[in-house]
Amino acid sequence: MSKILIQNAVKKYGNNTVIPDLNIEIKNGELFTLLGPSGCGKTTLLRMIAGFNSIEGGDIYFNDTRINDIDPSRRNIGMVFQNYAIFPHMTVRDNVAFGLKNRKMEKEKTQELTEKYLQLMQIAQYAERMPNQLSGGQQQRIALARALVISPDVLLMDEPLSNLDAKLRLEMRSVIRHTQKNVGITTVYVTHDQEEAMAISDTIAVMKDGVIQHVGAPKEIYQRPKNVFVATFIGRTNILPARAERGTLIFPSGYRVPLECLNALEDQEVQCSVRPEEFVISKQGDEGIQGVVKEYTYLGLNTHYAVETESGLTVEIVEESSLEDELKPGQNVLLQVKKHKINVFDKEGGCNLVRSEAYERQ
Amino acid sequence: MKDNSKFRLDIWGTLTLCTIAVYLLFLIYPMAHLMQQSVYDSQTGQFTMANFVKFFSKSYYFDTLLNSFKVSLAATVLSIAIGTPLAYLFSVFKIRGKSVLNILIVVASMSAPFIGAYSWILLLGRSGVITAFFRKLGILLPDIYGFGGIVLVMSLQLFPLVFLYARGALKNIDNSLIEAANNLSCSGIKCFFKVVVPLIMPTLLAAGLLVFMRSFADFGTPMLIGEGYRTFPVVLYTEFINEVGGNDGFAAAIAIIAIVITTVVFLAQKYVSNRNSFALNALHPIEEREPRGGRKVLVYLFSYLVVAIAILPQVYVTYTSFKKTSGKIFIRGYSLGSYESAFSKLGRSIQNTIIIPMLSLVAIILLAVLIAYLVVRRRNALTSTVDILSMIPYIVPGTVLGIALLTGFNQKPLMLSGTMLIMVIALIIRRLPYTIRSSVAILQQIPISIEEAAISLGASKMKVFFRVTVPMMAAGIVSGAILSWVTMISELSTAIILYTGRTKTLTVAVYTEVVRGNYGVAAALSSILTLLTVVSLLAFNKVNGGKDFSL
Repeated sequence: MSKILIQNAVKKYGNNTVIPDLNIEIKNGELFTLLGPSGCGKTTLLRMIAGFNSIEGGDIYFNDTRINDIDPSRRNIGMVFQNYAIFPHMTVRDNVAFGLKNRKMEKEKTQELTEKYLQLMQIAQYAERMPNQLSGGQQQRIALARALVISPDVLLMDEPLSNLDAKLRLEMRSVIRHTQKNVGITTVYVTHDQEEAMAISDTIAVMKDGVIQHVGAPKEIYQRPKNVFVATFIGRTNILPARAERGTLIFPSGYRVPLECLNALEDQEVQCSVRPEEFVISKQGDEGIQGVVKEYTYLGLNTHYAVETESGLTVEIVEESSLEDELKPGQNVLLQVKKHKINVFDKEGGCNLVRSEAYERQ
Repeated sequence: MKDNSKFRLDIWGTLTLCTIAVYLLFLIYPMAHLMQQSVYDSQTGQFTMANFVKFFSKSYYFDTLLNSFKVSLAATVLSIAIGTPLAYLFSVFKIRGKSVLNILIVVASMSAPFIGAYSWILLLGRSGVITAFFRKLGILLPDIYGFGGIVLVMSLQLFPLVFLYARGALKNIDNSLIEAANNLSCSGIKCFFKVVVPLIMPTLLAAGLLVFMRSFADFGTPMLIGEGYRTFPVVLYTEFINEVGGNDGFAAAIAIIAIVITTVVFLAQKYVSNRNSFALNALHPIEEREPRGGRKVLVYLFSYLVVAIAILPQVYVTYTSFKKTSGKIFIRGYSLGSYESAFSKLGRSIQNTIIIPMLSLVAIILLAVLIAYLVVRRRNALTSTVDILSMIPYIVPGTVLGIALLTGFNQKPLMLSGTMLIMVIALIIRRLPYTIRSSVAILQQIPISIEEAAISLGASKMKVFFRVTVPMMAAGIVSGAILSWVTMISELSTAIILYTGRTKTLTVAVYTEVVRGNYGVAAALSSILTLLTVVSLLAFNKVNGGKDFSL
């Protein structure tokens, strides 16, 4: 059991700097997810922790032990690989017992622990089979059992669900979540699937170009993203240009939304992030953004609309389906925003103006 | 999709029948004839087991089989012991000059084995250069004639096969398997033996079989370096040559016994490897890294030393080809005299060395592509028969096939012995199984939906085959063909039985010169052969776009 501390980590491939300067603290026993588009450096970082990639600068600590120069085979890490990396020439049981045997553990103890984790992952009935006779989900369970049985300080998972079909992915997601909580092991999880990250994590770090953009609980990252990249990467959102003047947000159409948190700020151009469910559509009224319905998609629970505003921008809106008839294409509508939910960023999109210092302290 | 698994007498059906007919005539008939000869008394025309009784009752004959078995087994084990670690080092470490080493290894494996034997005699034999050098220092080197010498030559000759096979297999190991092992406290040599070797075991078994078959059937090496140590192809050859015109029955019996043994080995290998098979698929192949510290020295020492020893015979032979000779003896100074007399004695052997394999190659490519197509796309009972028939030559030693063809076709109406055609046929039959295997592998990679798309767009069966399937297979076929070509130009075991004055090839010429003791001429001839091999391999590299060799 460990907390992980990464200070000023640098990763270079030749002259190409992949991770310029990265700092993270991962709490004991939490499931910490590195989330980002492909090529953002998340797997690179994970492999630096595992010891498969060299570290060009900075330090990585497990509790108080600096692990930079420890050989991968001595870091006491459990790792689950993207393609599971199950040894095809060994039975399921031998795969799980492999790490224990290498640690020269006594025979009885090895058998006992192997059996325990085979049971825990519900693969005991396949113990004597060869792995290639098993399904992807079962192989995933072997990989987890094999990683956990050595009682590692830290569990690392590299896109473990990306090779599974949609249904198995949901099932294995909860298996991983429950096992991790049961065992209580500090886990670093890499994925590019934001829904998976939301569902599974205690804490998410959103990465882009080797830089951590935002670290926080799933709810915080969704509701109060630190910048426009995080807002657009996590969930869907509409970015609308606007102006902040004396505590009021003014859209180009003249629609005014008073926001207390803008009171202390200078007047400036801003970007406003409004998620599809943060719009309210009304057919008549006097305030709001004018728009025309272009398209609607009925999905049962919700109905999606594409609305073109008078400034020519097409926005996406989601509403709970109602019993009345949907709005038809060509219908003129007025759009209002749910003012407590929307986020306002500075013109460059790098800073969330809604997040005050008081908010950060919460 | 139409059901292709039922036999129909369309164009493919006709081709299947034709192929079977060809195999019946040129493989089954001679082999059956050989079998018949082994159990019939040629004087009385009666059924007799006398030949087999003679073989098993005299340890003089029976021991040759044991000897062959021992030699082949030792060579196989040694080849795997050298080839596997070398392939592993080449896969995990960055080694300077690796591509050159790679080519040298292939060159070493592609030369005729007996040239290696002959060169080792020049180096380590009684009056060999190295032996003489150490004798001056007062050190007596062990005798290389007999068992030790044969195993040395064969292992050095055949470990490249294991190396090439293992390299291919290592490419299919996903790096994460190695990382997973490291992660679970298993690294270095332990990881090699507990994870890497078991993973490539199916390939090592296949390579092992190939090495065993080659060394079991090799005629030239034991003939030259074996001296008193008699192996079966040597006895077979001498018995056959001695008794031409007399009783071929005994030679035939030896041949049949040899086939029984290779069949048993073949089946045993199949049995073991079927129990050991699993699919590997590398998402991220193993990454090469820089070796560090003391390990670096060892890695370089091992790889360069092994390759140097393997290539040494070729280099030395080429060197001696430029030495001045007086009569049969090398003397001080250098000259092109050996080449002059070589060219004066060559006769037609250079043309033959090019024409015979070339004709065979054309036939092999045609047949291999056709058979591969039948076997993969039109699987039915008849095409499976073709598949099995085409694999038979794999277990028939070259000398045996030579004898079978010669005795089968030395009377009218099928009077083929002494012609060039019979040598072409022999090469086709011997080399076809390998080319078929590689063509089948290539074809299995091509999804059938591409052909179906062509048919749905209105192309005829033949048009689909020639305009869609064959072009997609082409690159693989061409590189396979060049390798076949290289093995064929250095072929000896069959040619030595079948050749006549008019159809003598370079390898036969080298062999006869070595036997006569004309070492200068032999060296010159084998240098020409090596040159031909190297040029072919460079062509292969060009065609294959720098990809690796596969056999």
